[in-house]
Amino acid sequence: MSGKFSIRKYLRDVPLPFCAGCGSLTVMNQFLRAVYELGNEDLSKFVYCSGIGCSAWIPSPHFIADSIHTLHGRSIPVATGIKLLRPNLNVVVFGGDGDIVGIGLSHFIHAARRNLDILVIMVNNMVYGMTGGQVAPTTPLKSKTTTTPYGSFEYPLDATKLAVTAGAVYVARWTTANSNELKESMKKALEIQGFRFIEVVSQCPTAFGRRVGFKNAGEMLEWFKKNSIPIEQAERMSEDDLAGKTVIGEFVLKQRPTLVQTIHKTIEEAQKEVEKD
Amino acid sequence: MKAVKPGTYFWQGNEACAEAAIVAGCRFFAGYPITPATEIAEHLSKRLPQVGGIAIQMEDELASAGSVVGASWTGNKAMTATSGPGFSLMQETIGYAFITETPCVIVDVQRLGPSTGQATKCGQGDVMQTRWGTHGDYSAIALSPNSVQEMFELTIKAFNLSEKYRTPVILLADEIIAHMREQVTIPPIENIEITNRKKPKPDEKAFFGLDEIPPMPAVGEGFNVVVTGSTHNEYGIRHTADPLAHRRLVERINNKIQKNVDEIAQVETHNIDNCQIGIVSFGCTSRAVYEAVETAETKGLKVGHVRLKTIWPFSEKAIKQLSKTAKKIIVPEMNLKQTFYEVERIAKCSAEIIPLNKIGGGELITPEEIFEKISESARF
Repeated sequence: MSGKFSIRKYLRDVPLPFCAGCGSLTVMNQFLRAVYELGNEDLSKFVYCSGIGCSAWIPSPHFIADSIHTLHGRSIPVATGIKLLRPNLNVVVFGGDGDIVGIGLSHFIHAARRNLDILVIMVNNMVYGMTGGQVAPTTPLKSKTTTTPYGSFEYPLDATKLAVTAGAVYVARWTTANSNELKESMKKALEIQGFRFIEVVSQCPTAFGRRVGFKNAGEMLEWFKKNSIPIEQAERMSEDDLAGKTVIGEFVLKQRPTLVQTIHKTIEEAQKEVEKD
Repeated sequence: MKAVKPGTYFWQGNEACAEAAIVAGCRFFAGYPITPATEIAEHLSKRLPQVGGIAIQMEDELASAGSVVGASWTGNKAMTATSGPGFSLMQETIGYAFITETPCVIVDVQRLGPSTGQATKCGQGDVMQTRWGTHGDYSAIALSPNSVQEMFELTIKAFNLSEKYRTPVILLADEIIAHMREQVTIPPIENIEITNRKKPKPDEKAFFGLDEIPPMPAVGEGFNVVVTGSTHNEYGIRHTADPLAHRRLVERINNKIQKNVDEIAQVETHNIDNCQIGIVSFGCTSRAVYEAVETAETKGLKVGHVRLKTIWPFSEKAIKQLSKTAKKIIVPEMNLKQTFYEVERIAKCSAEIIPLNKIGGGELITPEEIFEKISESARF
């Protein structure tokens, strides 16, 4: 690779929208580093899809690339149409927890079931940040948000476990405090086919952290470090011991036929059958 | 076998729509089962792979419409087909396709609503949903076939208009037309006009402005296209607070349809320059009008008929023309006065507008009922 990594060569000259201390900046930085370290001088081999929410703005309009900023929750369907007709392009979806496993949950499960060849990077800040900090499907129990002023009375969803169950071929979870592991994981995920999912537990100091007792992003990162348990260690722990902890690491790495492979095989067979007639 | 061979076929309406999509160049279909549109998905699931295209059943109508938008940005023609409940779910994506100027075809085979209503029975109650279903300022193009032959022709027309104007186009069919079987004549494919979207030159960058209908790149072609449902400038960059950016974009994408009504809106007219009584109809109801007009004419009544092949944009010109001579205009439709008010808005100063409505059980408005209304109107 020629020269040193410079994030600027992948970004348009448009001001970034993120608040000070936002975890999306770490995700953007580490993703572009991963892309760079894999030897991509530009983003021409990629298409980015995102929905609505702060992290949907990681690629759009900032990446100098084809990017489609879709409706709330519908980035995966749009990515489906693109990937099936342009199998040679690397389709990457960025989204928040609300976008991917709230309003868009059904598409997430079905894309994993189909083994659609896309990488989904979910920035889980545990809250609806863009609208000012409402409870999300991922908000920890008892957390105060603007719509749970007495503390959340719902149990959060584990998107990573769900991706494993639904059939994803690569599933990993990191926090923004593990930025190097995150980057290496992104590199790995970008090099394989099928439905790949990376959850990044991320800080939103503005709309979440300050309401649950953290003064700034740094305090949230400290919390992530203290609260995360590597999956190898978690396997030896009881469910009670793991309550409220974030298990990090690679959950699945396997191979099975992808949707692009199976659908294009079907087309070949249909065409052969017609030629016989 | 590729697209259908020229000749005469005995087809169901939904089958004609599916075959027409292939002729028009559609290579991606995504849908979700729903009566009375399912046969389109079934037929395309068999036929599209044979021509190298993709048909996929998605998890719901939100995903169906979303994947169609994605497919269109790969430079391919794409379609989905549904009925009332699914059409309701697709409204948000229709707005997205409109503001991002994404050509695609949405078939709505109307059944009886609201809600689940009478799922297997014919209705014409989605006329206004087609026009105003999505939020914000929007201009729709919607076509209304009244025969199986027209299911074929107007499906191709829907693709052509969507490619030409870079906008979603709705084929507003109904259960009767979609499920009945009729003879269809297919001309040689080379005689069928096919429109393809304007592509950008290699150095072009403005894909959302400058021209009234800007050129459209595909992903993977090196244009680094930025597509967003937020208000954007001509280069696709979000401008979420700038009043001028919003006006410029939203006025342009409405104007490209409203300024071209004469080119888009097609009507079939009968005797509109010399009639006492006028009729405005569309879809399955118009077939009963033909017979009623014939009966009225044998009894010496002068009846004019405007049949809307294009429901939206509305053909004001033809209605105005009709109202110059017709003193009364009857609007028969299988809903509760949806088209009536549109006709009234245009012609109420020069003619009395008379509704004729029937809903429920898929019962059609009969030629006798229309004829009765004609004679009643002629008496005063």
